[in-house]
Amino acid sequence: MERKTKVNAENGKQEIVITREFDLPLELLFKAYVEPEIVEQWMGTKVLKLENKKHGSYQFKTTDAQGNVVFQANGVIHEFVPDQKITRTFEMENSTFPVQLEFLEFEKLSADTSKLTMQIVYKTVADRDNLLRLPFAYGINMAHDRLQAIVNKLK
Amino acid sequence: MNLRRDVFQAIADPTRRAILLLLASQTMTAGAIAANFDTARPTVSKHLQILTECELLKYEQTGREIYYHLNPKKMKEIADYIEPFRKMWDDRFNKLESVMKKYK
Repeated sequence: MERKTKVNAENGKQEIVITREFDLPLELLFKAYVEPEIVEQWMGTKVLKLENKKHGSYQFKTTDAQGNVVFQANGVIHEFVPDQKITRTFEMENSTFPVQLEFLEFEKLSADTSKLTMQIVYKTVADRDNLLRLPFAYGINMAHDRLQAIVNKLK
Repeated sequence: MNLRRDVFQAIADPTRRAILLLLASQTMTAGAIAANFDTARPTVSKHLQILTECELLKYEQTGREIYYHLNPKKMKEIADYIEPFRKMWDDRFNKLESVMKKYK
């Protein structure tokens, strides 16, 4: 199967570029980043605040079934151009990772397809490498949590 | 010794995954690591021992304290370490796509 999502992390650089082509019109792809209740569905996190405007800010929070906070993040929006781009910071709370800068660019490919390019800039090369390594632990955690949630539903 | 199996056993436990997560960006003493968990300190020590045995963690003794840190070499050896990161985003974007198709 073709890998739709690509991650480009050049050695020694403190940034990564994530690209993805969607079978969605540009407007729908952008909408997925704008409507809090939609963001909640695909990000799997609660959206406490999402102000889609220059100098706006956002806050995400995820709790487990017991109500413990497992993920909390926030950031500030620097640029917001509908159907084109979002520039924002992202900071994971209760972690030692410094804030990162994200450039999201939305492109129309055809009437029914679109592309997202997400450039993430980290404070240092080491921060980037640590963050890339994180899902090794964290991603597996999420997969397990998701699996657990599905298993719980079957009960 | 089947190293691969050992590593996967090591990361199969949520506490051990949480320890790897803690150490992803810093060096910590056993005490500081244990302070992050409700579990008894000997239990955390056991987890640290398992992670050290399969070389995911390394440690240095400084005076009375033992400092733990990730062994990036081993982390890289056992897997293409970008793949889980890519997979995480791929899953997320697949979800986005399926959610948005309902709005078409």
